Amino acid sequence: MTSAAVAGPAEFAPWKDPAQTPLIRFEGVTKRFGDFTAIDNVDLTIYRKEFFALLGPSGCGKTTLMRMLAGFETASEGRITIGGQDMNGIPPNRREVNMMFQSYALFPHLSVWDNIAFGLKRSAMPKDQIPDRVHEMLRLTRLEQFARRKPHQISGGQRQRVALARALAKAPKLLLLDEPLGALDAKLRQQTQFELMDIQEKTETTFVIVTHDQEEAMTVASRVAVMNDGKVIQVDTPARIYETPNSVYVADFIGDVNLIEGNVALKPDGLASLAWAEGAPEIIATAGEGLKDGARAGFVIRPEKVAISAERPEDRNNVVRGRILDIAYLGNISTYHVELPGGQVIKAQTVNNRRLSRRGFTWQDEVWLSWTDTAGLVLAG
Amino acid sequence: MNIGRHTLIGVPYLWLLLLFLVPFGIIFKISLSDIALAIPPYTPSLDLSEGWPGVRDFLRQLDFENYVFLTEDALYWKAYLSSLKIATISTFLALCVGYPIAYAMARAASEWRPTLMMLVILPFWTSFLIRVYAWIGILSTEGYLNQLLLWLGIITDPLQIMNTPTAVYIGIVYTYLPFMILPIYATLERMDDSLLEAAEDLGCSRLSAFWIITFPLSRSGIIAGCFLVFIPAIGEFVIPSLLGGSGTLMIGKVLWEEFFSNRDWPVASAVAIVLLLILVIPIILFQKNQEKTQEADA
Amino acid sequence: MRRFSWFNATSLTLGFAFLYVPMIILVVYSFNESRLVTVWAGFSTRWYGELLRDQAFLDAAWVTVRVAFVSSTIATVLGTMAAYVLVRGGKFMGRTLFSGMIYAPLVMPEVITGLSLLLLFISIGLDRGIFTIILAHTTFSMCYVSVVVSSRLVSFDRSVEEAALDLGCTPFDAFRSVTLPLIAPAVIAGWLLAFTLSLDDLVIASFTAGPSATTLPIKIFSSVRMGVSPEINALSTILIGIVTVGVVTASLVSKRRIVQRERDEKMAGQTA
Ligand SMILES: Nc1ncnc2c1ncn2[C@@H]1O[C@H](COP(=O)(O)OP(=O)(O)O)[C@@H](O)[C@H]1O
Ligand SMILES: [Mg+2]
Repeated sequence: MTSAAVAGPAEFAPWKDPAQTPLIRFEGVTKRFGDFTAIDNVDLTIYRKEFFALLGPSGCGKTTLMRMLAGFETASEGRITIGGQDMNGIPPNRREVNMMFQSYALFPHLSVWDNIAFGLKRSAMPKDQIPDRVHEMLRLTRLEQFARRKPHQISGGQRQRVALARALAKAPKLLLLDEPLGALDAKLRQQTQFELMDIQEKTETTFVIVTHDQEEAMTVASRVAVMNDGKVIQVDTPARIYETPNSVYVADFIGDVNLIEGNVALKPDGLASLAWAEGAPEIIATAGEGLKDGARAGFVIRPEKVAISAERPEDRNNVVRGRILDIAYLGNISTYHVELPGGQVIKAQTVNNRRLSRRGFTWQDEVWLSWTDTAGLVLAG
Repeated sequence: MNIGRHTLIGVPYLWLLLLFLVPFGIIFKISLSDIALAIPPYTPSLDLSEGWPGVRDFLRQLDFENYVFLTEDALYWKAYLSSLKIATISTFLALCVGYPIAYAMARAASEWRPTLMMLVILPFWTSFLIRVYAWIGILSTEGYLNQLLLWLGIITDPLQIMNTPTAVYIGIVYTYLPFMILPIYATLERMDDSLLEAAEDLGCSRLSAFWIITFPLSRSGIIAGCFLVFIPAIGEFVIPSLLGGSGTLMIGKVLWEEFFSNRDWPVASAVAIVLLLILVIPIILFQKNQEKTQEADA
Repeated sequence: MRRFSWFNATSLTLGFAFLYVPMIILVVYSFNESRLVTVWAGFSTRWYGELLRDQAFLDAAWVTVRVAFVSSTIATVLGTMAAYVLVRGGKFMGRTLFSGMIYAPLVMPEVITGLSLLLLFISIGLDRGIFTIILAHTTFSMCYVSVVVSSRLVSFDRSVEEAALDLGCTPFDAFRSVTLPLIAPAVIAGWLLAFTLSLDDLVIASFTAGPSATTLPIKIFSSVRMGVSPEINALSTILIGIVTVGVVTASLVSKRRIVQRERDEKMAGQTA
C-alpha cells in the first residue's frame, strides 16, 4: 500500500481491491414486461466515485436497468442493493439517487432556479441554505445568467445543464444519466463530455451513464458494461474492452474490427490457430476466454494492427496477400480495404505522418498484409 | 387579383356581412326604439323615401330609454346576476366532475383511449334537447331518482329537485361535460410522463407531484374547458326552461319571454345587447388563453 | 409509465355512468306499456306505433331533415371557402373583420343569434318559413365547418400545393386535385357537424321558423313542456340509436384506417 503511495498518485481501481465494498450490487436481477425479458439475470457491481457507463444498442435494456436503480421499476427476480441496503420496495422519492432524464423532464412552468431548487425544497435542507446551494449549482454548470428563465427560453445545451444541476443539487449518493448528451450536436457533445467528467470529479458523486455511443462511453467512463439483449456481456475499463474484448460481439461493437471465422485449434502459450479457408495458412493469435478446441470461432483484429507492405515481410507468422479495393483517406489516417483471394475484405490502417507525396499504394495494387501473433484475438462465438 | 380569388373571398364574406353583421346593427337600432302597437311592434321605422329629413327625424327618435328601463326594473339585473351565478357554479361543478374523468382517460392504456374519447363525444352528437329531457324523468317528484331513494329508505318524502337551480346545475353539467373533459384530456395526454418521475425522483410523493406538476401543467386545458362551459351557460335557454321552472331566473329565458310573450321587441333587443357586453370579457379571456396555448405549442 | 389506479377506474366508471344512465333509462322506458312514464307496466312497442301514426311528428321530422340537408350542404361549401381564405388567402381588405365574423357565432348565445336574424327577416320583409330557417342554420353552421376545415388545412404543409402549381396546375386545379382530397375527411366531418347542429337546433329555429314551419325540436319542446311523454321517449330512442350506430361506425372506420396505415408504414420500413 505505502509503496503505491510513494510511486505517485494511486490508480483509481476499486474493483481490483477486494477490501472495497461496492456501492451498488445487482445479484441475479431479471426484469420482465409481460412475457418479454428486458433484463436477463444480471450481476453487476459499481463502486463509489466511479463513472460507470452502460453501453449497448437501442432496446438492449439500459434504461430499464437504470430505472430499477432510480426506483421506477422493480426487479422481477434478484436483488439490488445500494450501500448495502436492499432497495426493494423503496419508492423513488425516498432514495438517495437522482436521475437525469433522457428527455431532461424540466418542469416547463418553473424557472431554471425553481427547477434546481425543486428537490432541495423537498429535502431536509433548512430553507435559508437553499439559495446558496442553488447558486453553487448554477455556478458549477455556468448557468448564472439564466436563473430566471423558463426552460423554453434557453438552448438545448443549457437545458441539459439545468437537468444536470437539478439532479446534482441534492448531492445524491448516485447520479443516473440516461443518454444525457443524446440531444446535443457533435461538437457540443464532446465539450460536454469533458464538463461532465470535470463535474463528476469535483462533486465526487458516483455516476452511472447510459449511452449507445461507444466513443462517449470510452471517453468518460472509468468502467464500461457492454450490454446486449438484456444481458451484460463484458464489464471492464475502456482500454481493456478495446484491447481484450471477451467476445466477437464486444469486439464488433467497440470500434472498427476485422472478423474472420473458422475452426479453432488450441496451442500452448495461450495461443490458438484458426483454419479459415481451404489452402490458406492458419492464423495464429492470442486465445480468448472459454475457447473450445475444434469449435467455430472468430478471429478479430483492429485495422491499425494490420500492417500493409509491397514486399512479403519475413519475420511474421501471419501473412496474407490481397488486392486493394478501396482507399479511405481520412487526413491523419488512411484505411485500405484489401480483398483476399477467398473474397474476404480486410481493413488495414496506416498513419499518414508523411505528406501525400509518398502514398505508396493505389487501387488494384497487389499487397501483403501481416500481423504479429499477439495483435489479434481468437474469440468464441 | 383575379375573378376566382374575388369570388372565393367575396361569397362567404358577403354572406356573413348580410346574415351576421347587419342583423346586429338591426338589434342595436331596435334596442334604441320605442315599443308600439304596430307591425312590427316598434317605432320609428326608417323611411328612406323621405330623403335626408327622414333619416334625421329617425335618428332623433332613438334613445337609451330601454337600457335605463333595464337598470330600473330589478327583474333584469337579478336575471343577469343569477345567470352569472348559475353559470359559475355549474362550471365549477363540471370541472370537479370532468377533471377526474379526463385524468383517468389520459392514464388509461393507449389502446383504450380512442374508445374512451368516442364515449365522451357520443352524447355530444345526440340531441341536446333529448339529453335535457332525460333528466325530467329522473328528477321529477315521481321520478326515478326519488323512487330509488324512497325504495332504499334514504328519504321518506320525495325530494323537490325539479324546478330548482339544482336541476339547472345538473342539466348544464350533464350537457356540457364533454366540453370540459376534452380540452383537459388533451393537455394531460400531451404531458410528458417523465416530468412526474422527475418530481418523484427529487423527493415528491405521488399526491404532491400531482398538485405541483400535473395540475398546473393542465391549466390551459382547465381554463379552456371552463370557458367552453361558462360562455354558453350564461345565455342558456333550454335547460332553465325545461328543468328550472319558474324557480330559476336566467337571462336567456327572460329574453325569450320578453320577445314571445310580451312582444316587447325593443326591450328584448336591449337585453340581448347587454348580454353581449357581459360576454365580451370571458370571450376575450378565452381567446387570450387559446393564443397563449398555441404559442407555447409552437 | 402511466399508472392506472383504482381511483382512475372509479372515476371512469362513475363518469360514464353519469353520462349514459339517463339515456339508458330513456331507452328502457320507451318500451314501457304504461302512459305514466315513470311507472313500469310491462314491455310494449306501443309508443313507437303511436309515434309513427302521429302525422304532426312525421311532418316536423321531414321539415327538419330537409332543412338540415340543404343548410349543411350550403354551409359546407361556404365554410370550406372561408377556411381556405383564412388559412391560405394571404392578406386582403377586412381580413380581421372576416375572421371575427367566423369565430363570433361560435360563442354567440343562440337567443341572440335567433333574435337578430328574426329582426333582419322582418325588416327586409322576408316571409318566415323553411327558407328562413335554412338561411339561419347555414349562417351559424358554416362557421363550425370553417373551424373544422381550417384546423385540417393548417396541419399540412403549403408546399404540396406549391408543388402542384410548380407542376403546371392552375390554382383551381391544384385545389381540386391536391388540397381537396387532403382536407376531405375534415370537409365530411364538417358536413356531419353542420347536419347535426341543424337537426338539433331549437332556439334559432323557434325565432326564424314563423308559424308556417315546425321542426322536430320545436315539436319536441312544446310537448316536453307539458312533462314527460312516452312518445318522446320512443322518438329519443330512435334518435339515440341512429347517432350511436353512426358514431360507432365512424370510429371503427377511422380505427381500421389507422391500423392499416401503421401496417403499411411497417411494411414500407421493412422493404426500405
Ligand atoms: N414499460 C414497459 N413495458 C413493456 N416493455 C418495455 C417497457 N419498458 C421497456 N420495455 C422494453 O424493454 C426493452 C428495453 O428497453 P430500454 O431499457 O428502454 O432500452 P434502451 O434504453 O437500452 O434503449 C425494449 O425492448 C422495450 O421495448
Ligand atoms: Mg433508453
